[in-house]
Parts: sequence; structure tokens; C-alpha cells
Amino acid sequence: MALKDKDVFVGPLTLNNPVTVQVLGICSALAVTAQLVPALVMGLSVTIITALSNVVISLLRKGIPNRIRIIVQLVVVASMVTIVSEVLKAFAYDVAMTLSVYIGLIITNCILMGRLEAFAMQNSPWQSFLDGVGNGLGYAKILVIVAFFRELLGSGKLLGFQVIPDCVYEWGYANNGLMLMPPMALIIVACIIWYERAHNKDLQEK
Amino acid sequence: MENANLISLFVRSIFVDNMIFAFFLGMCSYLAVSKDVKTALGLGAAVTFVLLVTLPVNFLLQTKVLAANAIVEGVDLSFLSFILFIAVIAGIVQLVEMIVERFSPSLYASLGIFLPLIAVNCAIMGASLFMQQRIGLEPTDPKFIGTVGDAVVYALGSGIGWLLAIVALAAVREKMAYSNVPPALRGLGITFIVVGLMAMSFMCFSGLNI
Repeated sequence: MALKDKDVFVGPLTLNNPVTVQVLGICSALAVTAQLVPALVMGLSVTIITALSNVVISLLRKGIPNRIRIIVQLVVVASMVTIVSEVLKAFAYDVAMTLSVYIGLIITNCILMGRLEAFAMQNSPWQSFLDGVGNGLGYAKILVIVAFFRELLGSGKLLGFQVIPDCVYEWGYANNGLMLMPPMALIIVACIIWYERAHNKDLQEK
Repeated sequence: MENANLISLFVRSIFVDNMIFAFFLGMCSYLAVSKDVKTALGLGAAVTFVLLVTLPVNFLLQTKVLAANAIVEGVDLSFLSFILFIAVIAGIVQLVEMIVERFSPSLYASLGIFLPLIAVNCAIMGASLFMQQRIGLEPTDPKFIGTVGDAVVYALGSGIGWLLAIVALAAVREKMAYSNVPPALRGLGITFIVVGLMAMSFMCFSGLNI
């Protein structure tokens, strides 16, 4: 394929975003975004895992029989996720507890399988690495945007620090508790999609 | 566990801990296959079936093999759970795929790529991981899963909850084909908003106590 390295890396961050355009990896994107810190950790973990498993599968791509490729991919991803999960438990225990099952669910995150199937099986390790990092960061971008609004409007904090001053609360401002509930995550993602498609007519569906 | 608790576990896993509306598990296929009711029903049934088979197997794996001191005294294999669970799921999905292909070719054709993708449906893996957490709870907790029977009930409840959610969304989307949606929201955007509103209505079950 004649794709340039730069396109491979920048594409997923902008026009070909994994969450809003390819519709991959929605589950975890919604569930871990009530606060910024878990969202950042999650985005970072997914980036690392996507990049590494893309490289591994790309190196093995000529040796994997077509019939059992899904199982081989799953095993590679599951080992990566196990490593990341153990590292998180060792060095960031609190965050690991907040993310709870969602770290394990990175295995079934469609971004991973989607990119392995669509990209790493056909391309060289270096390009696969860039593709993995790009898609991971594109995913992290959406996570951070959603978490930013949910934490700011839901609890008046950013990264755990109070940003909305107390005097505003005295004037009668109140946190919107609904923002912390699952449904609002869906609606914020819908707003992001709306914004993107209003600016980029090519993405609109008939 | 007593029957009353089993019923409570069952109802809670359908409504309160609904896989889609409370945890967003299995969203990818949920959004992609919910365009008409019939296909949605087929996928929902397939997911329920896979859950029903995998959860008891994973329950036995967790308690008899992976838990601390289960095989050899002083050995805790629980770090292997991700790999083992996903291997079981992938194997069983392969089996279901072959069965569906043999007995219902039309369903097989309409599910297409999404049948093998049940293996990476987060709802299945998620249910296994939630079950793993719940095994560690106090036996008095209503969420506690202590026997294979509990695991089966939990699997059935989660599966039916997922089926209910996907059929409901498919029905809404069939009707939505006739409405006038702003161009930039068409397709994916409006679907997200609909799911958000449905999730809000499901939140009213969250205080449910049986």
C-alpha cells in the first residue's frame, strides 16, 4: 500500500476518528468518562495496547492461518492487556480500581480487533505501529473531551481539583448530577458527532 | 441461594444492571445491527445463548482453577483470567456460528460479520468479568454469585436485558426512518441520542428492590 506514514498517523486523529467515524470502541468510551483521570489512563492504556499488538500481529501476519486468525489476535491482545492491568495494579492502584472491569474489557474493545483486521494484517510493522498510536490517540481525544464536560458540569472539578469557585455556588449555581449518570455520556458523544458532521459534510449519512 | 434471591438476581440483571443502559457493554454490534427488528432479535438471541453457555464454564474456571489455592496451595492464577475467559468465549462463538450456519442459513446471512464478532462483544466478556467480581462479594449481598445456578440465572438475565435493549432500539429506528432529522445528526448521531434517552428511562429502575 502506498499510504504515507503521516497520513496513517494523522488520519485517525481527525477525519477517520475511531470513535465518531469508524464507530469502534464505544463501550469503554462511555463508561469511564465520568472523570478526567480514569479517562486519561484508559486512553493511554488503549494507545499502548493498540500500538504493541498491531506491531506483534504485523510481524506475525505472514504466519497466521486465515481460519484461526481471530483467536490468535485475541490471545495477543489478551496478553498485552494482562501486562497493562498488572502494571496498573502495581503503580496506580486507585485508578485501576475505578476502571475495574473496563481494563479487562480492552480485550474486546473493537478498536483493537478492527485495526488488527483492517490494518495490521496487511501492512508493515512500522506503519502498523503508527496506525496503532494514531487510533489510540484518536480514541483518547474523544474520551478526554467527553470526560472534560462531564466532570466540569457534573462535579465542578477538573482532574479532581475544584475549578468552579465557591462564590458561584453561593449565587445559586448547582452541579448537574445527571452529567455523572451513564445517559449523558451518550448524549455528549452525539453532540460531538453532530459538531463534526456539521463541519464536514462528507461524513453525513443519507 | 434461596429462590427469592435468584428471582431478585434475575430481575436486577435485566433492568437495573442492564448491559447496555448501565454499562454500555456490547455497544458496537448494538449500534450496527439495530436497523431492523428481525435481525436484532436474532443477534439478541445469539448473544443470550453464548452468555448462557460461557458464564457457567467461566464460573467453574474461576472457582476451580484460577482462584487462589484452587489447584495448588499458595498459587493464585487469577492473572490468567483474561486469556482463559476470552479463549472460552471465542471457542463457543465458533460453535454457535457452525450451528446457526447449519440450521438457519437466512439468519446466518443477515447476521453476517457480526456473528463471529460476538466473540469480541464486550457484553460477553463484561458479564464474565462482572461475575468474577461478584464471586468475591459477601454472600449476603444481593449481587453475590456463589453457585453455577446463580451464574446461569445471571447469564439469562443479562442476555434478556441485552435482547430487550436491542429490539427496542431497532423498533425505534424503524419508525425513525419516517422522521425529519437534521442532516448532520442522521444515522449515528440521532441513534446515540435515542439510546441516551432510553438509558435515562431505564434509570428509573435503579432503586428497584425485590
